[in-house]
Amino acid sequence: MNSPVLEIKHGAVAYDRPVLRDVNLTVRSGEVVAVLGANGSGKSTMIRAGLGLVPLADGQVELFGVPLRRFRDWRRIGYVPQRLGAGGGVPATVGEVVSSGRLARRGFPGLLRSGDRQAVAKALAAVDLTDRAHDPVASLSGGQQQRTLIARALAGEPDLLVLDEPTAGVDAKSQEAFAQALRDFVRHGGTVLLVAHELGPLQPVITRAVVVHDGVIAHDGAVPHPAGHHAEPGHEHVHPHAPQDPPSIWGRE
Amino acid sequence: MNVNLIEIMSLPFMQRALLGALITGLVAPSLGIYLVQRRMSLIGDGIGHIALTGVGVGLLTGTSPVLTAIIVSALGAVAVELIRERGRTSGDIALAILFYGGIAGGVFLVGLAPGKGSANLTSYLFGSLLTTSATDLITIAILGACVLAVTVGLRPWLFAICQDEEYAKVSGLPVRTLNLLLAVMTAVTVTVAMRSVGLLLVSALMVVPVAAAQLVSRGFGGTMTLAMLGGVISAGAGILMSAGYDTAPGATIVLAAIALFILVAAVGAVLRRRRRADTGPAAVCEPPECVLDS
Repeated sequence: MNSPVLEIKHGAVAYDRPVLRDVNLTVRSGEVVAVLGANGSGKSTMIRAGLGLVPLADGQVELFGVPLRRFRDWRRIGYVPQRLGAGGGVPATVGEVVSSGRLARRGFPGLLRSGDRQAVAKALAAVDLTDRAHDPVASLSGGQQQRTLIARALAGEPDLLVLDEPTAGVDAKSQEAFAQALRDFVRHGGTVLLVAHELGPLQPVITRAVVVHDGVIAHDGAVPHPAGHHAEPGHEHVHPHAPQDPPSIWGRE
Repeated sequence: MNVNLIEIMSLPFMQRALLGALITGLVAPSLGIYLVQRRMSLIGDGIGHIALTGVGVGLLTGTSPVLTAIIVSALGAVAVELIRERGRTSGDIALAILFYGGIAGGVFLVGLAPGKGSANLTSYLFGSLLTTSATDLITIAILGACVLAVTVGLRPWLFAICQDEEYAKVSGLPVRTLNLLLAVMTAVTVTVAMRSVGLLLVSALMVVPVAAAQLVSRGFGGTMTLAMLGGVISAGAGILMSAGYDTAPGATIVLAAIALFILVAAVGAVLRRRRRADTGPAAVCEPPECVLDS
């Protein structure tokens, strides 16, 4: 069996109330694992705890077989957050944001080498944003911003890609571009852990699904099929609140 | 006025004032851009308040006020950074106490210092460019060079931590060290600018040129270059105007920066309107991402 890439053992997270209780998750090299669950189930918290962004109240995390506290090989991980971080009004180009994905490889303080530029160009091409490299990210649609974040993670040439709701509120064209980028990444031996509300065009790429419900893992295995009217042909999975989603920090698209 | 101006600017103390102001104008926005990116534009003002306590300590103990201002404001800036890192709502109150404590402590200590009247206090609050000595100028130049080495030399890293701190953490960057470095550099910038624009107007020179630059630039690097250029122009224009009209240099520099911001905003608006008119009606909207079925 392939070696574990990310492992959470008896993980527990509590803010004011328990969010995750005794969670066990092992992602092995070459897998494409989707973490599914309702809003507030704790699915995002689980992967954030796996990266050390949320402290564990109990249990342990190992990355590439090394306990989180001693893990230093961060260049092996590419993280894609839900949204572009809080860049308070100062414009940044797509190229600048994607270039920061190379910092883990450049070392501190390291020079920008031609290999870095090539990796950035390749990552931009992988998500089909090469022609937008010099545009401010704020001028992009939500889906294009999400692709920028994926390119940033890909630019670091990681072994493990961790994505937090990469397809939430993303238009169909971007979802396709994203699924293609993910397929290429997996084909070259990458491992993927992603949180999703719904899978859409990603479904064929997923090798295993983990369902989080109420702070515990309720299912770990094959991708569950949609039930009820969600499964009906032509059903469009739309939430009544979707159009009123608060604008991202880059303003409305 | 013109003949007068040339005459005035040929005086050595005016030349030192001009040089000191230009260095401040170059340095302050290069640091300020990170504060603006973090939506902490007003933090420079707060650090300026804290620096006044440092000035008080210096005057009371007879040591260089610049040195004590750097030490005290650096401690204050580190405290601010630790409060920010916690991200608590009570941090807001903690900052208020720190800032007002800083300015009150400064005024109190200056009062205790022997033979140092309120005139001295005013020179730190609103700047005293015209009394810049050659030694002062060297201090300003060295400190300014330190700040520039960090803000320009470490730009990709500082950009990453200010743009998306969580991502920077997962990239394995020394986020905490960089944050503390940025905090200390904020304190050094405040002390550099103390001489030219004064502690109460420090923040303006850090923030206003950045605000003007980001109106017209597309990227972070471009914003930084333009902001530094804007800072230098404001400082130069401010000094010349203050010499011509015999007004306080610090306040004149800040007004020049604000005038530059308004000018850029106005020109930018006209250009945008013209561009829109050229491209005709607004671009076709993307198709809706989802449609509610009834």
